[in-house]
Amino acid sequence: MSVVDIENLSIEFPTRRGILKAIEGLSFSIEAGEILGVVGESGAGKSLTGNAIVGLLEPPGRVSGGKITLKGRDITHLSENEMRRVRGAEIGVIFQDPLTSLNPLYTVGKQLTQTILTHRNISYSKAKDRAIELLTEVGIPAPELRFDAFPHEFSGGMRQRVVIALALCCDPSLIIADEPTTALDVSVQAQIIALLKDLSRDKGVATMLVTHDMGVIAEAADRVAVIYSGRLVEIGDVRSVIDAPKHPYTRGLMDSIPQIGQNLKYLPNIEGAMPRLDGRPDGCAFNPRCKMVKPVCREEIAALRATENAGQMAACWIYDGGHKYV
Amino acid sequence: MQTAKLSKWWAGFYDHDVTWSFLHSPLTMLASLVTLLLVGAAFGAPYLTSYTPFEPGSLSLMDAFLPPAWEAGGSAAHFLGTDGQGRDVLAAIMYGTQISLIVGLFSVLLSVAIGIPLGIIAGYATGSWIDTLIMRVADIQLTIPPILIALMIDGVVRTSMSNELHEEMAIPVLIFSIGIASWPQYARITRSGAMVERRKDYIAAAKLIQTPAWLILLRHIFPNVVGPTLIVATIGVAVAIIIEATLSFLGVGVPPTNPSLGTLIRIGNNFLFSGEWWITFFPAFTLVILVLSVNLIGDWLRDTFNPKLR
Amino acid sequence: MLNFILKRLVQSAIVMLVVALLSFFLFNFVGDPISNMVGQESTTKDMEELRDQLGLNDPFIVQFGRFVVNAVQGDFGISYRLQRPVEDVVAERMPATLELVFVSAIIAILLGVAGGLFTGLKKKHWFSKVILTGSLVGVSLPTFVIGILLIYVFAVKFQILPSFGRGEVVTLDSGWTTGLLTLSGWKAIILPSITLALYQTTLILRIIRSEMLEVMRADFIKFARARGLRQRDINFGHALKNTLIPVITVAGLQIGSLIAFSIITETVFQWPGMGSLFIQAVQFADVPVMSAYLVMVAFFFVMINLIVDLLYFVVDPRLRVEVRG
Repeated sequence: MSVVDIENLSIEFPTRRGILKAIEGLSFSIEAGEILGVVGESGAGKSLTGNAIVGLLEPPGRVSGGKITLKGRDITHLSENEMRRVRGAEIGVIFQDPLTSLNPLYTVGKQLTQTILTHRNISYSKAKDRAIELLTEVGIPAPELRFDAFPHEFSGGMRQRVVIALALCCDPSLIIADEPTTALDVSVQAQIIALLKDLSRDKGVATMLVTHDMGVIAEAADRVAVIYSGRLVEIGDVRSVIDAPKHPYTRGLMDSIPQIGQNLKYLPNIEGAMPRLDGRPDGCAFNPRCKMVKPVCREEIAALRATENAGQMAACWIYDGGHKYV
Repeated sequence: MQTAKLSKWWAGFYDHDVTWSFLHSPLTMLASLVTLLLVGAAFGAPYLTSYTPFEPGSLSLMDAFLPPAWEAGGSAAHFLGTDGQGRDVLAAIMYGTQISLIVGLFSVLLSVAIGIPLGIIAGYATGSWIDTLIMRVADIQLTIPPILIALMIDGVVRTSMSNELHEEMAIPVLIFSIGIASWPQYARITRSGAMVERRKDYIAAAKLIQTPAWLILLRHIFPNVVGPTLIVATIGVAVAIIIEATLSFLGVGVPPTNPSLGTLIRIGNNFLFSGEWWITFFPAFTLVILVLSVNLIGDWLRDTFNPKLR
Repeated sequence: MLNFILKRLVQSAIVMLVVALLSFFLFNFVGDPISNMVGQESTTKDMEELRDQLGLNDPFIVQFGRFVVNAVQGDFGISYRLQRPVEDVVAERMPATLELVFVSAIIAILLGVAGGLFTGLKKKHWFSKVILTGSLVGVSLPTFVIGILLIYVFAVKFQILPSFGRGEVVTLDSGWTTGLLTLSGWKAIILPSITLALYQTTLILRIIRSEMLEVMRADFIKFARARGLRQRDINFGHALKNTLIPVITVAGLQIGSLIAFSIITETVFQWPGMGSLFIQAVQFADVPVMSAYLVMVAFFFVMINLIVDLLYFVVDPRLRVEVRG
């Protein structure tokens, strides 16, 4: 059984000029111990999906359809108080910027124990033991001493480790990591990725890794989901998506990553820009930028279809029942 | 062709977020209407009323202390009644509002004229001694309420001028005192805007092609930072009107021979205990309505153009 | 930490010196102090002698030094208008102003903080909208208009509270006069303190609200919510603590402003404090009183700023480290 199941998720923003659909018909699931990378351009709806799962959509944004199931329990429409008990306990969240994610006026220990004591009915000294254990686990040296330190006394990478420890406080079954490495130095990025990988393997945590960095995905993810303009366009094992992308958008994405040893005059890129929420064309949202566009692409949106690679699916008219028909 | 263009422009204007927000804020629309009416009444006073309340020859003590028209003993000729010297209260308010508005607007213009250049220079030269000097002075001045600074400046000017000269110069002196007293806040806002702006790439590009600093300040930084400052200046007008009224009420502002709303309230206050409430009530009411309307407009501007300032 | 305090003390001393210089200029160069002191019939010779006697022919720096030494000892010369030593007049008036400011500060901080927190946390609540509209009206009502209104309603119409003065005053052993020990004193302070507090209340309220809204948008609040912390812990722990620094700054400034704004309230209510003394001094160009008042007010401001700076340390651990390092 998968840890989290997203079925047909839709998110919308009512505005005075009508309803804007930010996410439409999104479906995926994540198994225990698996890292699912979610990639896409900024504004594609990656972070929104993560926020929707933990029930932290900023109003007026709202889930307008679909179902989110966590370990068999439907959490789509839980009350704020019920959802609060799920957050931090069953779902851990890691945000982009470790500099701003921690409260500057509380010690790291206070933030950890407060989180533990909120969800667990244990004594303070037990909570403190647990906090120190967590700090050890995420690789913070001399955790007993660092317990009483304030966030500004840590380096960027160490702070992100603290953030991860906070997300792990109550042994969550799902971790949503929203651009966890973007704000870090490259060398620190690798350490944090390694840490996330270890944690998910060792503890069997399902991880949703949201990023726009294909390098991070290639390094960390088991499977990858590609989102374009609010829709899932391709999903599959990380190696097959990277080596043999099926959707023209994913292909463009992969082509635009420079390879060592390649001798190119220009780096290929995808012409144009992703449409705004209120300016999507009819049919496939990618059709104005697509080199393989066909008449049907301007009229109808293709469903997610199987491709010739097992487990790899793409939402494009060039695939039909597992076989390329172009 | 021309009409098509015009209607297209109108459609764009009508559909614009700012217009939409204005049309959906009845309070702002009301405040704008009230402000327009008050400004119209103040500057149209010579055409709207035949009374000349501040020419002693035109007054008659026979008309003194007439209550408003709807009270017993009131006269339709003096709708809001008259004061102790037989001046028509309505006409006095119209002329008084004019003075309040003039002092309010010009003192803010003076503060902005000092604050924006200093703020831009300080922000562009962040960390230099010029910046430190300007901001230190601003900080020290900010800790002292403007009203006290204006009082001090006014007091100094008063001691160095003869009484007659001071009476004549009262309005410029007030504009000067209030203007000097309020520049630091504009300098601060402009500075923080300039600090953000100067780090942007186009400024680096301008420097690279050796654009002189004054031209960068004038052509690039100034247009980009002036907006938020002007929004705050709207509320500044309301504050300046209050300061002027307060100084006049304290008897150190505009003299009774050419009174502003504050002076009128001061004059009327003496009659409050004897029951002639209208002499002070109507000027006070006008003052509050004027300041409230300007504040409402300022609040709306701030919320609409810069939600972050909220 | 000690380093920082010393630095601030030196800075405060510099500010005081600048203010003293200003007030010295005011005293010596605005108008002629001699012609203010002597009668109409005195001769030029008399005036020259007096000038020598007062040391007005000494070099500038000597005169300024003397002024500072005198000021530190509380000696500001003789009031032109009252013909009495300024320090006696100020000492008489100070308790009235400080009591008024003290009561007003408590009202303003209590109401301002409570209202600011409520409107900041319950943005959409109907009562928040009432408070905010009320605060806008509060900002738009000049202090003296509020005073006149209160006098008209409670003193003229209903006649339940006095319209002027301090009521019955008790003189303590220290020479301090207080109105806070008698019923009539308390009755007399109600209207002036409300008048004085109202404007500052709305300012404190609006700033706390906007700080609260700002902090609630911060990443660490989002992260705290994502960890499932209780809303109460987030609001009154994480958020409130982070709004404290701006709030302390503003509250400090506003208490300082109360001293200055008391000029207006004291005039309206004929409150026998330093403010009404000052306004009379301005009207009569009584320069020694003006310069003494300037120095006094600056001193209070500097003290309040110093206290505010020290409070920063208590609240913000980041400062403690920067100073240590």
